[in-house]
Amino acid sequence: MNAPADVAAWLESHEQKELLRFITCGSVDDGKSTLIGRLLYDSMQIFDDQLATLEADSKRHGTQGEGIDFALLVDGLSAEREQGITIDVAYRFFASEKRKFIVADTPGHEQYTRNMVTGASTADLAVLLVDARKGVLTQTRRHSYLAQLLGIRHFVLAVTKMDLVDFDRAAFDAITADYRVFADQVGISDWIAIPVSGLSGDNIGERSERTSWYSGPTLLEQLDSVPLDANADAQKPFRLPVQWVNRPNHGFRGFAGQIASGTVVRSQDVRVLPSGRTTRIERIVTADGDLDEAVAGQSVTLTFTHEVDCSRGDVIASANAPPEVADQFEAAIVWMDEQEMIPGRGYWLKLGAQIVTATVQHPKYEINVNTLEHLAAPTLHLNSIGVATIATDREITFEPYAVSGGSPNRALGGFILIDKLTNATVAAGMLHFALRRALNIHRQPLEVSRETHATLKGQKPAVLWFTGLSGSGKSTIANIVEKKLVARGRHTFLLDGDNVRHGLNRDLGFTEADRIENMRRVGEVARLMADAGLIVLTAFISPFRAERELVRHMLPEGEFIEIFVDTPLSDAEKRDPKGLYAKARAGEIKNFTGIDSPYEVPENAEIVIDTMKLSAEQAADLIVEELLRRR
Amino acid sequence: MRALTHLDRLEAESIHIMRETVAEAERPVMLYSIGKDSAVMLHLAKKAFAPAPLPFPLLHVDTGWKFRAMYELRDKVAADPDIKLIVHKNSEAERLDINPFDHGARHTDMWKTEGLKQALDAHGFDAAFGGARRDEEKSRAKERIFSFRDRNHRWDPKRQRPELWALYNVMKNKGESVRVFPLSNWTELDVWQYILREKIEIVPLYFADERPVVERDGLTLLVDDERIPLNGEQPQMRRVRFRTLGCYPLTGAVESNACTVEEIVAEMLVTTTSERQGRAIDRDAGAASMEKKKQEGYF
Repeated sequence: MNAPADVAAWLESHEQKELLRFITCGSVDDGKSTLIGRLLYDSMQIFDDQLATLEADSKRHGTQGEGIDFALLVDGLSAEREQGITIDVAYRFFASEKRKFIVADTPGHEQYTRNMVTGASTADLAVLLVDARKGVLTQTRRHSYLAQLLGIRHFVLAVTKMDLVDFDRAAFDAITADYRVFADQVGISDWIAIPVSGLSGDNIGERSERTSWYSGPTLLEQLDSVPLDANADAQKPFRLPVQWVNRPNHGFRGFAGQIASGTVVRSQDVRVLPSGRTTRIERIVTADGDLDEAVAGQSVTLTFTHEVDCSRGDVIASANAPPEVADQFEAAIVWMDEQEMIPGRGYWLKLGAQIVTATVQHPKYEINVNTLEHLAAPTLHLNSIGVATIATDREITFEPYAVSGGSPNRALGGFILIDKLTNATVAAGMLHFALRRALNIHRQPLEVSRETHATLKGQKPAVLWFTGLSGSGKSTIANIVEKKLVARGRHTFLLDGDNVRHGLNRDLGFTEADRIENMRRVGEVARLMADAGLIVLTAFISPFRAERELVRHMLPEGEFIEIFVDTPLSDAEKRDPKGLYAKARAGEIKNFTGIDSPYEVPENAEIVIDTMKLSAEQAADLIVEELLRRR
Repeated sequence: MRALTHLDRLEAESIHIMRETVAEAERPVMLYSIGKDSAVMLHLAKKAFAPAPLPFPLLHVDTGWKFRAMYELRDKVAADPDIKLIVHKNSEAERLDINPFDHGARHTDMWKTEGLKQALDAHGFDAAFGGARRDEEKSRAKERIFSFRDRNHRWDPKRQRPELWALYNVMKNKGESVRVFPLSNWTELDVWQYILREKIEIVPLYFADERPVVERDGLTLLVDDERIPLNGEQPQMRRVRFRTLGCYPLTGAVESNACTVEEIVAEMLVTTTSERQGRAIDRDAGAASMEKKKQEGYF
């Protein structure tokens, strides 16, 4: 082996390896870490000094007395070592003669659905661990369900700790029969049960002599032979989500991205989504020279024979089998954040290279992952899974995530939701289908443009958005501002919180979700009025930053002017013009801003009015002056 | 057409990660430490953005104690007109004459950890590529590909963002930054196979040669210049090479006859010492040493 010629041959064969990603599911007690440790150990991925550390660690933290605790090879973070549990997703690597493997090691603890879903999102196969002494448990069903939800099609039921039941065939057969009932029920067809022992290595890398009654493959043989999703992806129609436009000079304009599915060849007709314009592939550019053909999984740069608009977030697709474009969907959502989902709030939705604002409605139902029952739920909490309607603020190019009998459309069907303030990834989702095809409801092109409306009125439209505590003086100041603007010949309209709640929004209460819907509707109305050329003034408490930002993004840059009417709570409460604070303090009004519901102070308001320093009249003058200065 | 091999897939994934970073970050930078992982990362970056030049500079956080051969390769790389290299040295460490012989762990802390933070802050970089791999060390196995740092560059292993599919959340607030690890899913063997396949130039110290060495605290150190205190010791000429490269007084050599990448791989297959063992840095504070350093802002 040490002769360079042998190594060259060996390297040559190893260069041709395939890549399989899989996930292991089970709880700490099922011997999961031990099983992975054993796979690494058997495939010689442990070096001698690591082994020495392992032996020392085994004595210090281990659970195997003087023996080696393979689990310590995979338990990474020191906090976890102390607790003796794995609390996140860890990735491990090993290889067989045929394949390289990436293992996502995820915990079995109930509160960590998030981690399992993360690990499953990229996996071709799931190894479900079942303790031979305990049999199929609720968690086994839960893990199967989650893996299937994420589109995994191949399952291995690893019946562990067979050494502790003396490699008893009856125990193994009973577990297999039990799982078969469940698998048939949920439609898992490709699965195999293997009797193993991580501790002694039976049927993992090598066939065990102690299970002579078992004739199936070892775990490693199964991992080596299962079909790869990557090969299935290559058979689908061509899609490339554009990540980055490569423009080093005027002579070159290339569209860079990783091919999500199918193949692309030179001179192929393609369609750019969502615009739907067609063109033809001129070159498939790589640093190693142009290609005639490229396949799913490759990162390439494409150029067109004739230029059409195409930028980051667009999808280049087969011209005669393009993906759908829509802005309303049904989706399965896995909530991953401590803060519960707020129906109606705007979140960033990222799908492929597309980032849009999306709102989620109240769930149609939540899924009990243990019983698979559908439950009514007002919202989704950390680790809960539900089905809900999602609306995006513009059309996105997508494909349904799940494909009957095929590999899932991960690249154009899977999405994440991002909180606009904390930037945390709060949810992951899988699109089921479009609720209405955007193609059928093309926005009516308006022949009289918003510019025309504005020009006719001789003004630039704007939305003056007054925000502040109840009793801060928003309505008073807004009224004076409107009068002053009208006196200068401006066309205005004032939307007042209380008035709107008597009409358009009479069906809404004061819960967080209703307040958000209230703001969304007011925002939409303000936008329509701005489109009509008006200067709109709104006076609403509008306590949440996220909703004010949502309205800001509805309008063209510079047209949303946030005016923070800044009054200390103590002062607003002292004034209490409508007697509301007194009632809230007495508990007669719930969810009152400043008392038992938060007010999020604007961070970047265009205008801040300090009511302790300025009279309402002075404040109005300042606002009018600022508005005129901005024109 | 032929099926993609695992190296093809790793390459495509790394390129995808780099493009995503450049598309979403405001001021990306690539940490360039001159080692073999940096060499692979730089090679991938050139591929990701060709025919355009690199859309970000390289940053070398220098300690003044790297091997001479490393500086030679670095300067050769920087001679490419399409590459902009920034070299940063912590002036405070320079003033205090912090060195690996007298200051032990403080050397790494001041030159590397503090030096890196200074450079990132000074240039306002909001995304920094690093060549770390998950197979190197246990705490890395759980780190995300896009790993967030707060305003003080700290990593919080308990508050990592879930990372699903190939969807990376690059959103951050002002002052926060992200470390991006495009080689996360590569193993040491993958790196060597790729170097061989792509004919990537690496520092000659990776290959065995007759070199003057002394033994210190179980490490075989190269007498790379006259700054190493000898206390009457006579350097011996031995046939050695290096499995990783860092500051020469902290990086141990191994006895070897491997003069080609093939021979290095052959040696690896029967090797008895894992890659990071040649580095004193991991042993500073016992088992959790690297995790602790990362929380403090080390790469």
